[in-house]
Amino acid sequence: MTPTVRISDVSKRYGRVQAVSNVSFDLGAGEMIALIGHNGAGKTTLMKLMLGLIRPTGGTIEVLGENPAAGQFAARRQLGYLPENVSFDAALSGREIQTFYARLKREPVDQALSLLEVVGLGHAAERRVGTYSKGMRQRLGLAQALIGQPRMLLLDEPTTGLDPELRQTFYEVIARLADDGTTVLLSSHALTELEGRAGRVIIMNRGVMVANGSIDELRRLARLPTRIRVRISDGGRIPDWLGSFTPSRRLNGHIVEIDAAPEQKIELLRRATADVDGIEDLDVMPPSLDELYAHFLKSAEASQ
Amino acid sequence: MSAIAIVAAKEIHQAVRNRWVLAATLLLAALALSLTFLGSAPTGDLGASRLDIVVVSLSSLTIFLIPLIALLISHDAIVGDLERGTMLLLLSYPVARWQVLLGKFLGHLAVLGFATSIGYGAAAAVLLASGTQISHDSLAAFIAMTGSSVLLGAVFVAVGYLVSTLVRDRGAAAGIAAGLWLVLVLIYDMALLGLLVMDQGQTITGGTLNALLLFNPTDVYRLLNLTGFANVSMFSGMAGLAGTTTLSTATLLSALALWIVLPLALAALAFSRREL
Repeated sequence: MTPTVRISDVSKRYGRVQAVSNVSFDLGAGEMIALIGHNGAGKTTLMKLMLGLIRPTGGTIEVLGENPAAGQFAARRQLGYLPENVSFDAALSGREIQTFYARLKREPVDQALSLLEVVGLGHAAERRVGTYSKGMRQRLGLAQALIGQPRMLLLDEPTTGLDPELRQTFYEVIARLADDGTTVLLSSHALTELEGRAGRVIIMNRGVMVANGSIDELRRLARLPTRIRVRISDGGRIPDWLGSFTPSRRLNGHIVEIDAAPEQKIELLRRATADVDGIEDLDVMPPSLDELYAHFLKSAEASQ
Repeated sequence: MSAIAIVAAKEIHQAVRNRWVLAATLLLAALALSLTFLGSAPTGDLGASRLDIVVVSLSSLTIFLIPLIALLISHDAIVGDLERGTMLLLLSYPVARWQVLLGKFLGHLAVLGFATSIGYGAAAAVLLASGTQISHDSLAAFIAMTGSSVLLGAVFVAVGYLVSTLVRDRGAAAGIAAGLWLVLVLIYDMALLGLLVMDQGQTITGGTLNALLLFNPTDVYRLLNLTGFANVSMFSGMAGLAGTTTLSTATLLSALALWIVLPLALAALAFSRREL
């Protein structure tokens, strides 16, 4: 199957600023990809390149089978985009704005308006956008991005300003779209909420792609230790076998935390579960996306 | 509906909602009506048709006011939307940049056309209602004046877009628009007059003068209205110039058309090259 997006050796320079350098990746149908990196890492530039809003200084981009900057709009009708800090004409109501964008995309207006209910804006549809809160504008931004069941969604910081309940709904909506084959690329700072949701993570640092893979793949690559906490039975002593696993630290009288290297992990668990009398409970905490992100950034900085 | 029409319709919708349409219409109507009632004082009721007087005074006023209104609504059109961030989202839709520009232009033109024809039309309607005799010639001159006022507005909307696509921020756009208004509406004519006085007819020929007049859209508009109709030019004090000028109505109209198309095309070009 051909990928939805194919980015080969793409670079973008703004005057003297190198925003993106030699980035290559493919995005497939039905994938949900998290694009992470600090501010200025090139996330927004990559999205603008995929939308054809700017042209690359080098390399080629193919989105839904065409060059997005070529001026052909067949692909754009199947794209949904939510810019960072989305804004709308303040004088118009949510309903009027949604109607306008549906018409531009040549999609049925009724269906587009029903999306306002999906994002929880039904009660405010007749109000002027000028009176909306930040969270409501963000919801309207989502509603317009979802017009016409797009085959590709580009969401730049989609969940900023959304309350936890709406975040949940938001991820449900895009998960449903991804199940139907939509490619979802989203950038975010909220790494914890991407964990378990994004099938793949692309990490950018200063315009360079420093990692690209599923969270499990990144964990293998990073070789970060898994944190394992064992709780020792009341009155028990710390078993001797535990001493061979380092580094470890005692959190209090009963709990010992071990940073287990990948090859130690299974061995440690086996010993712990075999020690029926000594060990009462244990917790396994694989490296979080936050830690992975920090690790890849650090190694990217170190190699420079 | 084509993408251009969709953008134009939204622009009109916004202008109505922002009360731009209402404000511009009321302003133009108020000025037209006051000129209609006060304007006949110096001439009395003898000889001059009252509508002709209105054409003369109203077209002089148009030269100041319509460019100002047009620049006010147009200088912000591109750079303002870019700064507010609404342009980024709009351009991610299946619409070309030139379509956005043309759609906005048509929308703004419709707003200006509505305000001008209703505002000025009110003056003519009041004269008709008060039982003033109006000849066909006078009515034709009035309609031509209203139409060319809209054209003059279109020129300055196009010029405002060009400014709006070239500058980096809204403040610069406002400053340049104000400067352009000053130059084209006030300074150009004064400078031209000074030049003619100094030159004493030595080197500047009628041809050069015509060319210089065509370089300023407000002068084209003035020539079109004050010399175009015999009944009007009599009272405008430009009958002499009207007799000697070699610029035909067709030339003047094409000059205005060029003043619309050229800045608009340049604006489209500049916009298409702009980095977002």
